[in-house]
Amino acid sequence: MAHFIDRRLNGKNKSAVNRQRFLRRYKSQIKKAVAESISKRSVTDTESSENISIPSRDIKEPIFHQGKGGNRDRILPGNDQFIPGDKIKRPEGGGQGSGDGDASDSGEGQDEFSFSISMEEYLNLLFDDLELPNLQKTEQKQEVEFETVRSGYKSEGIPSSIDIVRSLRGAQGRRIALTASKKKKLKELQKQLAELMLSATPDPRIKAQLEEQIEDLERRIKKVPFIDTFDLRYRNFEKRPKPSSKAVMFCLMDVSGSMDQSTKDIAKRFYILLYQFLSRSYKNTEVVFIRHHTQAKEVDEQEFFYSQETGGTIVSSALYLMDEIVQQRYPANQWNIYAAQASDGDNWADDSPKCSKLLNDKILNYSRYFSYIEITNRSHQTLWQEYQGLTERHDNFAMQNIKQASDIYPIFREFFKKQTSS
Amino acid sequence: MTAKKKQKAQPLSDGPEWTFELLEAYQNEIKRVAEYYRLDTYPNQIEIITSEQMLDAYSSVGMPLNYNHWSFGKKFIESEQNYKRGFMGLAYEIVINSDPCISYLMEENTITMQALVIAHACYGHNSFFKNNYLFKTWTDAGSIIDYLLFARNYIEQCEQKYGVEEVEEILDSCHALMNLGVDRYKRPQKISMFEEQKRQTERAEYLQSQVNQLWRTIPQKAAETKIKSSKFPTEPQENLLYFFEKNAPLLAPWQREIVRIVRKVSQYFYPQKQTQVMNEGWASYWHYTILNHLFDEGLVTERFILEFLHSHTAVVYQPEYNHPGFSGINPYAIGFAMFKDIRRICEAPDEEDKLWFPDIAGSNWLDTMHYAMENFKDESFIAQFLSPRLMREFKLFNLQDYEDNKMLEVTAIHNEQGYRNIRQKLASQYNLSFLEPNIQVINVDVNGDRSLTLEYTPHNHIPLSGNLDEMMRHVYRLWGFDVKLVQQQIGGKYIELAHCPVVENTIKDN
Repeated sequence: MAHFIDRRLNGKNKSAVNRQRFLRRYKSQIKKAVAESISKRSVTDTESSENISIPSRDIKEPIFHQGKGGNRDRILPGNDQFIPGDKIKRPEGGGQGSGDGDASDSGEGQDEFSFSISMEEYLNLLFDDLELPNLQKTEQKQEVEFETVRSGYKSEGIPSSIDIVRSLRGAQGRRIALTASKKKKLKELQKQLAELMLSATPDPRIKAQLEEQIEDLERRIKKVPFIDTFDLRYRNFEKRPKPSSKAVMFCLMDVSGSMDQSTKDIAKRFYILLYQFLSRSYKNTEVVFIRHHTQAKEVDEQEFFYSQETGGTIVSSALYLMDEIVQQRYPANQWNIYAAQASDGDNWADDSPKCSKLLNDKILNYSRYFSYIEITNRSHQTLWQEYQGLTERHDNFAMQNIKQASDIYPIFREFFKKQTSS
Repeated sequence: MTAKKKQKAQPLSDGPEWTFELLEAYQNEIKRVAEYYRLDTYPNQIEIITSEQMLDAYSSVGMPLNYNHWSFGKKFIESEQNYKRGFMGLAYEIVINSDPCISYLMEENTITMQALVIAHACYGHNSFFKNNYLFKTWTDAGSIIDYLLFARNYIEQCEQKYGVEEVEEILDSCHALMNLGVDRYKRPQKISMFEEQKRQTERAEYLQSQVNQLWRTIPQKAAETKIKSSKFPTEPQENLLYFFEKNAPLLAPWQREIVRIVRKVSQYFYPQKQTQVMNEGWASYWHYTILNHLFDEGLVTERFILEFLHSHTAVVYQPEYNHPGFSGINPYAIGFAMFKDIRRICEAPDEEDKLWFPDIAGSNWLDTMHYAMENFKDESFIAQFLSPRLMREFKLFNLQDYEDNKMLEVTAIHNEQGYRNIRQKLASQYNLSFLEPNIQVINVDVNGDRSLTLEYTPHNHIPLSGNLDEMMRHVYRLWGFDVKLVQQQIGGKYIELAHCPVVENTIKDN
């Protein structure tokens, strides 16, 4: 009458299709939420999933239902004090007698529908329709690093790379080829000899002749060596150029007195986006944080974003440091170098030409992409004007002006939007 | 009581871990006792699932398979989040009204919980599904799985043919009207999956031709014109989805079939909505009785029965009206108490019972219990069997909330004057036609602009709520021409509640 079925091994992703449908339907809302969420993430966090909240009124499934008001009776349990005729004040705030289940018992407001999406989904939404500029060029240029791969066999080599199976197989083939005709002849002779011995009067002369021939053949068969140098096969290795899958991202930021925390936050969001985007394309992405006022310093993420500094601004100090670090640790032939510079546009006027010269002569020659964002509402100063000259000469240099936080994502998209013509 | 106590019976292991052998052993014992109490069930198919799979089952309204729709994805995400954050525990079981009756057991449960679930779902709910008159007349357990399979495949084909968005739009509109897609009075016909498929093509063609008949615009003979000028529909129609399926002028055959699928699913669940108290009460009564019976026989240990009682008490707990955890009357609590009380009335009636229940006081308890389970729904069950003793036990009282009064008023409590009033009020709390808005099709302007008029008839002056404009857009999508929603005022005048497409400067009377 009853039987048990163990379903535990069945797939548990029965709802995957419906979930995807949901995500697809609310793509625009989710995208918006994703764009807002980037400010809360650590720059290098590529593991954790993301919690997304979208307004729950958008996803309500409407129905007709009875509203508040009207005449209602409600039976309640646990009468501890009432007798018929007792009057009670109507509770405030829609505590209607029959407001069943109106109050949320989850302790959380129902205004937001929040759920988590996987990292993969998160990034897909974030970088929908974007691509890395100059990626193809990168792969061609990067034929510097090699990896060793097996590629067939060769007949010369060092003992340690002898392939035994291959060699023995060759030896066996050679032995068969060299002895087949002799063995055939030998069999024939042996047969003749046997016939001769069966006859009543074997001719001793013929017999001796046959025996001699047999002996000769056997000797020759024996002489074919079991293995010959000729048989030996060595594994062949080849060096194949490997496109580098390593990228380094330089975050350059002005931390002088004029940069306040909100400006830094805007820069931070931009770095997060760039990092996430790079790590989708490269297996291995490193980040170098360089901050500067009049002097540049390499720091960790925490210090980069949150420590307070004051003082003037010399942008070129950061560029010098970056160049130095590249020379020391990230040779351009092994690393894909990306840099993002954020500043409020303030610079020592004499320093700006130096910056553009440094970029022009050195950094832009080995960088895949150098982006400069200026976070300011004021009019542009010398740095912006100097840099503008660079955009014409270098297509791996881009600059944008960010006025407020909501500009970040559009501008990021502007930087990396898929180029239809290349 | 009636069961013979087996002396020195070897008790079954109380786990707490379960094994398939042990489940089998418990199942056999439970089955034996269930048969002893004449529980008549569909064959059981008991499936062990993980908590993730339980979440899957949740999101497709407890069905083992269903068509794809984003709202199920939303449901899934919602329950997954709540479960992960610990806002919500998972149900111990889900049981499906099908033949064989499919029950899901969660792998995390202890053997005690598994035994509880087997008794509750596989014998309690199962026998209810098989024998209650509503289920017998409204649902066909043998064909539901096949029908859902048909529905899923059909909708999938439509998606491939007409695009996911197209299908989704129709489904959205149907889901919005799902509660208004049931026959409350007519009896549905049973139909097997094979017939369903065979008829589907014919139906599509036939329906289309019927619709065209209705909307024929080529001038006809005078006699026909006369017929057309009479009111259509001749009587108000309560089943909106059925009405659209048969009469909406612009729906394509495949869209009609989708309307039908949603309507069928809605109809299938309707009896469950009407028998919540009875169904849960019946199942709870039997898990309680069967497992205690096993304990009396010495087949389960004390540890087992204590763990069981702990869970059982939590399930049938009724918080009081002023308790922070109060959220209405617990159907498990009142249902369980009522079935237990029926047995008491049969076996040990007092004077009050004899006065209130002359028919059943002193009768055979098991016959009476089965009779009660088979022939009632929540509303009539409470109206018939709620005893004064139980009202006292639950300390029930009625709170009146009338719009025009400033204060709420207690109109009846658990005393001699209040019993009948309370019983009648509680029964009507379970009458679905009072709880769901009454909206019916009253007119179609067949000869004019083909507009459709829906009427809302309030119950006890309770106004209609929900996003009416949005709802009307869904109605409009199915109907294809202007739709309006009206309500009759006390003077007999109609006011318009909503109109789609929205008309500027709609004249609204106050």
